[in-house]
Amino acid sequence: MSRYVIVGNGTAAIGCVEGIRFVDPLGKITVLSKENHPAYCRPLISYFLEDKTDPKKMLYRAETFYEDNGCEVLYNVSATALDPETKTLTLDSGDTLSYDKICVATGSSPFVPPMENLENVKNRFSFLTLDDAKALKKAVKPSSRVLIIGAGLIGLKCAEGLRAITKNITVCDLADHVLSSILDAKDAAFVQKHLEANDLKFTLHNSVAKFKGNTAIMQNGDEIPFDILVTAVGVRANWGLVKDAGGACGRAITVNEKMETSLEDVYAAGDCTESTDISDSLIKVMALMPNAYMQGYTAGINMAGGEKVFDNAIPMNSIGFFGLHMMTAGSRKGQMKTDIQKDSIKRFYKEDGKLIGFVLIGDVQNAGVYTNILRNQIPIKSLSEFNIKKSPSMATYDEEFRRKTLESVVK
Amino acid sequence: MKRVFVKEEWCLGCHLCEYNCAYANSGLSSMVKALQGKPIFPRIHVNGNDSVTFAVSCRHCTDPLCVKSCISGALHRENGVVCIDKNKCVGCLTCMLVCPYGALVQDETGTVTKCELCTKNSCGTPACVAGCPNNAIVFEERCEE
Repeated sequence: MSRYVIVGNGTAAIGCVEGIRFVDPLGKITVLSKENHPAYCRPLISYFLEDKTDPKKMLYRAETFYEDNGCEVLYNVSATALDPETKTLTLDSGDTLSYDKICVATGSSPFVPPMENLENVKNRFSFLTLDDAKALKKAVKPSSRVLIIGAGLIGLKCAEGLRAITKNITVCDLADHVLSSILDAKDAAFVQKHLEANDLKFTLHNSVAKFKGNTAIMQNGDEIPFDILVTAVGVRANWGLVKDAGGACGRAITVNEKMETSLEDVYAAGDCTESTDISDSLIKVMALMPNAYMQGYTAGINMAGGEKVFDNAIPMNSIGFFGLHMMTAGSRKGQMKTDIQKDSIKRFYKEDGKLIGFVLIGDVQNAGVYTNILRNQIPIKSLSEFNIKKSPSMATYDEEFRRKTLESVVK
Repeated sequence: MKRVFVKEEWCLGCHLCEYNCAYANSGLSSMVKALQGKPIFPRIHVNGNDSVTFAVSCRHCTDPLCVKSCISGALHRENGVVCIDKNKCVGCLTCMLVCPYGALVQDETGTVTKCELCTKNSCGTPACVAGCPNNAIVFEERCEE
């Protein structure tokens, strides 16, 4: 009987369990969880702040998941060292575990750039885990003045969640526009206007030079007093186990299409890995929940002796703030076509007759049609229509694909 | 398992399937009360162009991308039927970003709604199929590859 160990208990880990069990109903699976919770939906922590969900509803799978899948879960446990020669894993308790196949799904940790006197700020929070969110929710009062460092996806979702509690929220970022990882400056300005209409305040192209008690002295000389500080600048892959064991790493753990690392019988999945973005062929950390699941599932199948590749990863995001939805996928390169309406922006990026990226703000209906065209590199010429002013639909595809989809069972 | 399939040459583009769907899922006994003067959020949609129309609803894929991508654990499979736990959905719309067929929509609650083959309402069997005047929508078993 095979012995599987999964280091981590997030989305990739759950995908891995489901992948293993798809092939092998019997092998022993041990899941190591650093947090003291069953797997939950991390991106939902901002919804928890505004009471749109609760820890029970946030569970990623049914309460009986581990039992149903015959998994042993060790909570409050971290792995400290991996030895691929002896196939053993050392835990922070000093115990060791042996494995036949192991999946490293250790995720990422908040990265906080050095800021003078930061360590003396009392009410300081990260925003990555459920425990972070619980602590933050407890600390913030309707009268609290909140300063959030980072106007990216995490910082702004945090701001939206906190807006349900307090009106006094300022977000700063070194970048000159919000959501710089997914939007260009023009589109970001459109979104920022909407955020400001919902009472968020911004100071961009600006960073904290130092803290004087509960006041941030900014690079541009402004002083921002606050009661609560949230640092949401970015994250770094938790790659230590693989890197220290001599495994190949770039900016995160290097994996192939089967989710194998360079170490024998060691797989990795999720936010701790980097892989190829097929929209521009560059190697990237695509720390997204859907990718984490697919990677974990792929790793699991291969670990159990099946065969599966995940070879069409693209960066993609679906996110909304105060009712304004936006979806982005692929790259913002190549030839751009734009449709701008009063309440919406659509941008499409093409290269060699193929769609390589899109940005949709405000009107996101049926966006999955575009994602499918992008991901499967379907030539735009072969489509029945590609009218950027209209929402896409099954009518976008050619007749053969449409008939096959509507008349037979699809995968 | 039985699924909904569409014969596009038989579709009249009458949109009755949309109304029957919205009514079936309204939980109301009166069609007038369910539909009159309200925005409706059917789980099947007539798409098409100048020369052809066809109804599109969830394909209940054997390996559904929406379930794998769901960030809230709301989308799941029950005996092959792709279902959504509206209580868990937060309306992030990631499923709409990944569904190749445009089969999911956001309803008035802000959460996502989709075809569950009328397994969760009092019809028990798809209302779109029963009400299609030209048999363009059928509910039957076809082989899985």
